[in-house]
Order: sequence, then C-alpha cells, then structure tokens
Amino acid sequence: MSILGNRVLRKEDPRFLRGEGSYVENLSLESALDVTFVRSPVAHARITGIDASAAEAMPNVQVLTGADVDVEPITPPPPFGVRAGVSRPLVAKDVVRFVGEIVAIVVSQDRVTGADARELVFVDYDPLPVVVDVQDALKDEVLLFPEVGTNVSGTEELQERDEALFDGCDVVVSGKLESQRMAPCPLEPRSAAAEVGPDGRVTAWLSTQAPHGDRQGLAARLGLEPEQIRVIAPDVGGGFGAKTLNVEDVLVVWLSRRFGRPVRWTESRSESMVGLPHGRGQHMSFTIGSDRDGKILAYRLESVADAGAYPALGSFLPHLTLLMSSGVYAIPRIEASSRSVATNTVPTSAFRGAGRPEATQAIERAVDLLAAEVGIDPAEIRRRNFIDTFPHETETGAVYDSGDYEGALDLALRSAGYEELRAEQRRRREEGGSKQLGIGLSTYVEITNGVGETEFGEVEITEDGGAILRTGSFSHGQGHETTFAMIASEQLGIPLERITVVKGDTDAVASGTGTYASKSTQIGGVAARLASDDVVVRAKQIVADYLEASPADIVLDPAFARLHVAGSPAQGLAWEELAERASADGRLAELRAQHEWKADPSFPFGAHVAVVEVDVETGVVELIRHVAVDDAGTLINPLVADGQVHGGVATGVGQAIYERFAYDENGTPMTSTFADYSFPSAADLPSWERVEMVTPTPYNALGVKGIGESGTIGATPAVHNAVLDALAPYGVTHVDMPANGENVWRALQEAK
Amino acid sequence: MRVALTVNGERREADLEPRELLVYFLRNHLGLKGTNVGCDTSSCGACTVLLDGVSVKSCTVLAVQADGREVTTIEGLAEGDELHPIQRAFHEQHALQCGYCTPGFVLASVSLLRETPDPSEEEIRAALDGNLCRCTGYHNIIRAVQAAARAGA
Repeated sequence: MSILGNRVLRKEDPRFLRGEGSYVENLSLESALDVTFVRSPVAHARITGIDASAAEAMPNVQVLTGADVDVEPITPPPPFGVRAGVSRPLVAKDVVRFVGEIVAIVVSQDRVTGADARELVFVDYDPLPVVVDVQDALKDEVLLFPEVGTNVSGTEELQERDEALFDGCDVVVSGKLESQRMAPCPLEPRSAAAEVGPDGRVTAWLSTQAPHGDRQGLAARLGLEPEQIRVIAPDVGGGFGAKTLNVEDVLVVWLSRRFGRPVRWTESRSESMVGLPHGRGQHMSFTIGSDRDGKILAYRLESVADAGAYPALGSFLPHLTLLMSSGVYAIPRIEASSRSVATNTVPTSAFRGAGRPEATQAIERAVDLLAAEVGIDPAEIRRRNFIDTFPHETETGAVYDSGDYEGALDLALRSAGYEELRAEQRRRREEGGSKQLGIGLSTYVEITNGVGETEFGEVEITEDGGAILRTGSFSHGQGHETTFAMIASEQLGIPLERITVVKGDTDAVASGTGTYASKSTQIGGVAARLASDDVVVRAKQIVADYLEASPADIVLDPAFARLHVAGSPAQGLAWEELAERASADGRLAELRAQHEWKADPSFPFGAHVAVVEVDVETGVVELIRHVAVDDAGTLINPLVADGQVHGGVATGVGQAIYERFAYDENGTPMTSTFADYSFPSAADLPSWERVEMVTPTPYNALGVKGIGESGTIGATPAVHNAVLDALAPYGVTHVDMPANGENVWRALQEAK
Repeated sequence: MRVALTVNGERREADLEPRELLVYFLRNHLGLKGTNVGCDTSSCGACTVLLDGVSVKSCTVLAVQADGREVTTIEGLAEGDELHPIQRAFHEQHALQCGYCTPGFVLASVSLLRETPDPSEEEIRAALDGNLCRCTGYHNIIRAVQAAARAGA
C-alpha cells in the first residue's frame, strides 16, 4: 500500500514541542562578539556627521560606519530589470533613504552593552525632501537616486496601448485596487552568526530559506569562492518569502572576517519591521469589458509598484502580476503594464504570493464589478468565462498546464451552501438590521516554481539499511523531514522512520536553491523521487551480482523492503542484508545517487467562498465562514497540505481585513511594532473549511504542484468581495484594503 | 540582586541586575532556550511560561519578580519520553509548522485548560488572543486544544 496521500504525523514535531528547536539564536558560540545596528530614524537625509566617541568610550565597544565597510554596494541581478545606477550600500555612507536603513555598526562583548552603546552614537542628518506615495514618486520631483534621473526603477509594457481595446464591448467598468504593503512577520526574527575557521573558511549560520543561494550571494559580495563559505540554516522560524540574503547577513559574515572572531546578531521585532523587506505595495487600475451577457472581451491592468528605497526583487514582482493578470478567464484581449518606482520606504520583496495575489485581487474585483453591471450573479459570470481546455496559453503568455476551474467553483459553492447563504442575505436585507451578510467569491489560478528552477536530491543507503535523503530544498515550517522522507520511502520501500532528511547545510548537501515560490515538492520532491529510483536501479544490479541473476529479473517489494528475483521471493535480500553485504564488499558507495530536476512552472487553482457580517452602522467587519477549495495536484501528505492552506488563508484574510504597513507623509513608519501592526490572532479569525480537490499535473512523475501560497492568493479577494457584497445595497462599490471597520465606515459615509 | 526560584522543579539561585527580564534569565543564565522571543511589545506570546502554574509572558516579568516562585518552561512539561497531553495533541493535530510560537501556545493552552477544562471554540480563541502564529492560521491549534480537553488534559 502506498504511503503517499496518507496523513502522516510530522517527524520534526517532537523537538519543537520540547523546546529543542535549533534556531540560530540558540546556537552557543564561545566568545562571540555582538553586533547592534544603528538605524536611521529619518526617511531621507544627507548624513553630515557621525559622532561615536561616547559609544566607543564604553568598555570593549567599537563603532564602524559606512566608510569602514569595504564591500561594494549591492546591485540587483539583471533579471530583476532594475535600471542601471540603482544600488544599495550595506551601510549608508552619504545619504539615508528609508527609516530603518543601517548607518553604523556597534560591535560589543554582549548585547546589553550594544543596545546601550547604540543610544550613544550621534548621527547628524540634513533632511532631504521625502517621497512616500507612488504617484508622487512618479513625478520625479524628489529623486532617490538623482544621478539616475528618475524614480522609475523598472517598466514592463507588453504592447502599445490600444485605444480600441474595448471596442465592441456592451459593458465596460473600471476600478482601482491598492494591494497594500504588508510586513511578512515570521515569528522568529532574523538572526545570523559567523565564524572563521583555522583554514580561513567561514561558517555562517543564517535564518534563511535559501542556504545555497545565500552562499553564492555571500561569495559574490565578499569576493570569495563559494567553497570558502559554509552556510548552515538550522531550524528557521518561518520566512514567507522575506528570509533570503539581506544586507545584515552579509555584514555579519564580513565582520567575522574583519575581527577574526565569531560574531552574532539577532534583530528585535521593531527592527525587523523596518529591516526585513515588505511585501505587496502595488497600486493597480483596471478596466474590463464584455458583451451584454457578461462574456469578457477585453481587460486592461495598469500597476504602479512601490519598490521601496532600494529597488530589487520588488521591482521584478509585477512581472508575475502581469503574467497572471487574466486569472482563470479566457480573455481575448489583454493589455497589462507596470512601472516600479522607488520611494523612501523599506524595500519590497517577496511575501507569500509575491506578485500573484495582486493579479488575482484585481481581476476578481473587476469580474465582480462587471457582474453587477451586467446584472448577473458573481458565480454565473465566472462560469461564462472560465478557461476549460488545457494546456491553455493566455494572452500574456502563461501556459496553464491543467485545471478544472468550474469544478472547483461548484465544489466551493456546494460546500458553502451558496443558495442558502443568498437566501439568508435576502432575509437580512429585507429586515434591514445593522448586521448585513456579505458573500464573496474568488476563483483563482496561480503560478508555482514561477521561473522554472532546478532542485537537487541525493539518496544514499546507509550501512544499517536505512537511507539518507539530501535535498537542496529547505523547510522553515513546511515539513520536508516528513514529506520528502515519504517520497523516498514510497520508492525504496524503506520505512519512514529509517529515512533521514538532510537539508540546510551547504557542506552536507552538494547543491540547491532553497524554498520559495511554492516549488519544493514539484522540483525538490521530484528530484528526491528520481534519485530514489536511481538507487533502486543500482541496488538491483548489486543484488543481481550476488544472486548471479540478471538485474532485469530483480524486483523491489516495497511491502517487505526487500529486493528479490521476480517470481521467487525467497531468492532475495532485504535492504539491511544488502547494505551489510555491500558494506563488507566495499560496494555500499554504489548505493548512492544524485538527481537534479528542472521543471516548468505549474498552475495550481481553486475557489474560495467567504461569508462576512458587516455592521453597517459602525463598519465593523467579521469574517464568519471561509470555504477554501485549493487544488495543487496530487498531495503527498494531506495533513501538511491542510496546514499550508490554513496558514495561507489566514495571511490572505489578514490582507483583506486587518493588515497594512503604514507610513506618514514624512516616511515615518506608523506600524513598526506588533502592538501597532494588526497581525490577526486566533480571536480575529474563524475555523477554515478546507475542501480537498486533486487534479494531478501531467508535468511531473508525482503529479504535484505547489500549495504554499494558494490559500493566500485565493482568500484575499473572496473576503474583499464579501465585504463589498454586503455593502452593495448602500451604493458602495469600493473599499480600500484592509476592509476594516474604519475603511468600511468611511466608504459608507461617502456613499450617503 | 539575589534571586532564588524553582524552575522546572529545580531550585535555582542567581545574582542578577534588577532590569533582567525573566525570559533572558531563563535563556541566558539557565540555558533554557525553548522559550523564544518574538517581539518587544508583549504582543506575540512566544515567550509564555507558567509562573506558579499560570501563563505569563516572560518578556513582561522581571526575573526578580519570580523570586521565591515556581516557573515551568516548555522543557519542564514532558515527563521524560512521555509528552504532555497538550504537546501530544499539538503533534496529532498538526498544530505547529515552524515551531517558533509553539512553546508559548502549548503553555498558554496548559494554563487555559487548568482554568477552563472544557472550553468552547470561542473561549479557546479568546484565551489564545495573546499568542501569535503566522504559519498555521490557528485552525489546528484550536483543534489541538479541543482534543486535549476531550482527553482530559
């Protein structure tokens, strides 16, 4: 019987439950120096002087400034499309460009001294004009990089603007949607430590999603060969896209080399809120046109993306937004364009969904507005426009591999009891009380492994007949130690508990890319499977040699973890016996295989139904139900998949009705602690009604797509649409996200 | 200042600066690294421990305030190899992912079920309002507390 598809409890749980997680901050590192960063309290200013004498008068305190750091500013990689001349110094030298930018480094014997010394570093700032709003930034009146001459860091225009795009449409509606800035908020703040060994090699312990990628990045920044660096990512307390190599990590490694001593740094939450990149920040306008039956004929999406003070990955993410702009609908004409601009804010980067939620949020609002204008139910307009043959190439060039969009919608509606909900809504509307019901739909498709990456897997049979699986993928909560072991167990027939998954150490795993873009299982999992298959082939050869048979006649019986001659089970060897004998003969090393698997993107999809109660007198919004159908192909471990969807949905709901990282007009963060930022708690959210649906992809041997971000992508528009659905009788057609009490109340007042 | 307290059943004494927070005393002096720090505003609850059996955020308690009292951290919950029923319920219900918030949630749940042995979903959600998790969406944490309550934890 196959182990795949079973709800297997996680192997990694016990250590976390016992408080034995190996987070970087828990590492004991003898005689390590502590690093404390001095960060700018102003958004845009010229640094005219730094007086560190009082700090350096403290015992064993040294202060370094930008002038001391001989590392070249970081230039975004060419695929990000960032305009030449934009680069980020590790420590600001002459100009600071956002609140939170590092202006000096305090090195001390302990953290308490570092915190005290930081207060004694006096920096003189000569204020420069500040630009926070993207529309203001587009005017290029205040420039972040005057030598570049514009704040626009990247543009993507798919075609000439077609003035006749909506010709022939009976109905045309337009709207705006700001996918507001969010703080990723992994519960573990970042932490980094580094030590130079006697051989000159550096070991860096990083709280990261991508240890191998970080090693490459560190090597490039510091002018070293990758082999001179070992990156260890121990247990990592969440990442959500934001935890890849950041300036602080580079500085910690650089400092360990500069001082020849172990060095460590752990950020505070307040520091993390302005030091870790933010997500989203796209300001979109859309127009959609259809015939009088609601058959969509044309769609235009224009986005201005807030890349923050040092445009990098955040400047690239609109590419994914445009690519996915048509969503699940067959739209014959699409015009999608974007401009990314620099502002005096924390740089933006990937955050759960990374460019795709924005696409879904826009098209799903557009379709709801169109349904209202045409006068048909939101479910019906979706049905009339679904893509229903696969593979399907969209107007923007995405090739959807497989899907069943109507099936997902039907399942979600049935599970939610859509007709009954509409009846209850009508009843409440007729009664006219203050608590009105809103029902919101979202049907989505997203892209995982978006840029078609490669992942590494290696399987090795151990002396005792167990197995080690080394993966270049990484788990910062995703459960690879269980899921990936299941994949190897399925192929090898070796029980799960005898398979150890090794990850997160560049010395222990030959290569890898890490975990982001929901790509782990579809490339890392498939690589693990293929490496397992290779090991079985090698094992058959050895067994054949021992039994003087042909390898073609040897079969693996997974139920008994045994290889034997086909048709005569008595003639064979169990893995333990094979390993023992191969060890004795010096052939154990043959039972080891590596595989690299490169795959094209895949396209998970689904349908969500949200039910909200809106108090139309106070504006208070309560999400009372959320039904989520998320289809990511075959599930290896449905238990883990459930968890991915639950967490994803919570984040999507967070964007819809709770969270916003806000700045005032001076570029001062207004939500830089957990006391100010509305991170939803258990008391703010309902239980989730996840409904499983499985449509395997033909793209890989496991049939798997990615599921890490689906819940987030599907949830936000469903909840946003639900709030607007509740408000429809009051003439409200737009509420900014988060659609919280304040924004809903304002919208209601404006509509009066 | 001199403090003497019981931590996970063991008597501990130390000389401390008055400003030392309980969480840093536990982590740095006693080496109990299971108590995590997730924020600096007493918002996230990752550092939750039991003080005389009641959950507190150890970032909001001075170590000297624990003088003469009894502290239980996540390391003190299991009986040898045997996980506490709430730890077991978290495992069985997949109520943890990255694990960073987990010790705090487990101890807050222990405290909740001591006070309210059979809480409703709403009571559980209200009781855990002071603990934040970014991975699980709370769904399975609620299921775990319910399962532990059913098992009489």
